[in-house]
Amino acid sequence: MKLMTAAEAVRTLIKDGDQIALGGFTVNRNPMLMAREMIRQGKRHLYLVVHSHGQALELLVGAGCVQRVEIAYGGVGRFAPTGFRFKKAFLEKKIEVEDYSNLQMTLRFMAGAMGMPFVVTRSGLGTDIVRLSGFSPESRGQGRVPRQKLTLLKDPFDPDGADVVALPPLNPDVALVHAQYVGEAGTCRFCGLTFADIEQAKAAKTVIVTCEEIVPEAYLRREPDRNSLPPFLVDAVVAAPFGAHPTACHQFYDYDPKHMNLFKQIARDDDRFKAYLDEWVYPFDSQEAYLERVGVRDLLEIRANPGWGYAPGLDRR
Amino acid sequence: MGIYTATEIMALSAGRLVHNGDILFAGTGLSMLAATVAKRIHAPESVVFFETGGIDPRLEELPLTVADPRVMVGSAVNSGLADALSLLGHPKLKTIAFLGAAQIDCYGNLNSTLLGTYEHPEQRFPGSGGACDAASMAYGVIIFMQHQRRRFVEKLDYFTSPGWLEGGDARRRAGFLRGGPIAVVTNLGVMKFHEQTKRMYLETYYPFTDPEKIVAETGFPLDVSFATVAIPPSDEELAVLRQTVDPQRLILGPPAVDPA
Repeated sequence: MKLMTAAEAVRTLIKDGDQIALGGFTVNRNPMLMAREMIRQGKRHLYLVVHSHGQALELLVGAGCVQRVEIAYGGVGRFAPTGFRFKKAFLEKKIEVEDYSNLQMTLRFMAGAMGMPFVVTRSGLGTDIVRLSGFSPESRGQGRVPRQKLTLLKDPFDPDGADVVALPPLNPDVALVHAQYVGEAGTCRFCGLTFADIEQAKAAKTVIVTCEEIVPEAYLRREPDRNSLPPFLVDAVVAAPFGAHPTACHQFYDYDPKHMNLFKQIARDDDRFKAYLDEWVYPFDSQEAYLERVGVRDLLEIRANPGWGYAPGLDRR
Repeated sequence: MGIYTATEIMALSAGRLVHNGDILFAGTGLSMLAATVAKRIHAPESVVFFETGGIDPRLEELPLTVADPRVMVGSAVNSGLADALSLLGHPKLKTIAFLGAAQIDCYGNLNSTLLGTYEHPEQRFPGSGGACDAASMAYGVIIFMQHQRRRFVEKLDYFTSPGWLEGGDARRRAGFLRGGPIAVVTNLGVMKFHEQTKRMYLETYYPFTDPEKIVAETGFPLDVSFATVAIPPSDEELAVLRQTVDPQRLILGPPAVDPA
């Protein structure tokens, strides 16, 4: 494990065209610092593999960093039931999208993590998720694109039974996850829900963890039941206080409704989105500088109450 | 009985379909209202869980999405997608999933992915999320829809989540072990599905509308021969919904305006 800045991690560990798993879920624990830094460094042709995403997906797709996406859900909850930039890029054919379900994507990360050749489920039988493919036929088998989206298999244990859906495993080049705590040696602790972050990290070739706090390793080892990833799976750690802002980080801060509503106002329009990048992404070469732009007042507003893990009474309209 | 909005009667109609002790798979929006209102009124032992991994959280404040930190507090278990989704199809659990969609057909099959085609897309929606999984594996599904002709269609543009497929026993033949839609709750009424054919029919319509209007807003033939008028929301139901469940009206939206 190596302690790095976001800039160093993006420069040394992420290449154009890489297949990247984004951790978090819609408005929660998105690796926002890493997303902004990838945009600042002009990463191109990224191949995102996600379940339900999310604000980081919106920024990366909107900034033109992404070529293809395997996804179950592209939205930011009530702030954008369908992600504005995701929708626009899809409709304008700037990205290729392959649709799966949340269970299918989770199983694919698990299969990758466990070295399984494929994984099966009944979810999706008879639907267009099984029948149709969004990736172009020419892309199939090229680079990291699986030869088939999925396939139907006879159930080997019940030859008279119905078919099952077989899915290819995922072993992304990089997993980007945001944890609450990382020990000095690299042990990771996620608080609240883990989504599929652990599976994504275990499936990936390179794991970059941003975190709210770097703490003494002994502090995490006092309660190992609460830890999720051992140090030797983690390639790089980036200190990132409020690193998921404007999405939430349980026990540390809520989602930022003011920022999410601001994003909602500008996200439909290309010029206004570009202006957003100029205002909120490109100028900041450090997390501290970004947080200064957000401002103390708004950060205090969303600070989590330890009794709740979020900001009770926060005006979320 | 006071005045109420379509959103309020939708949440309460869906809530009334919940049995005490049901294991509820809640999504965003209306389903959170329905689940929490049922839990507070008549189904206190029902349990809400979220695909993100929050199992039976306290829900002191209304979550805005399934990944809201408000689904992580006071839970029986905080886990992740794999754990939560494994509960959906568990044979000993009567899991009831609430789902919404952009389009529905007469067998309760759902589209939440796109309009047009991949080659010539006209509109994009978020995609399945966990909807296809819930529709595939849950014990039953309750669907929320805005009742409009362009949403109640003869043929889905994209078939995301399985209902009764082509009707009859098609669902079993396709390989699903159980499940299927129980009801469709719209801003005009509640639809159910015929026992044998699995085609949608109108069960109840809200006091402010009538079966003719509902037929006109439905893009496929709808049997209204069993339809009766719905019982309006009680003062108690409305009070719980407005004062306890969603006091900021985050999902309820603007309150009803008294025409008087």
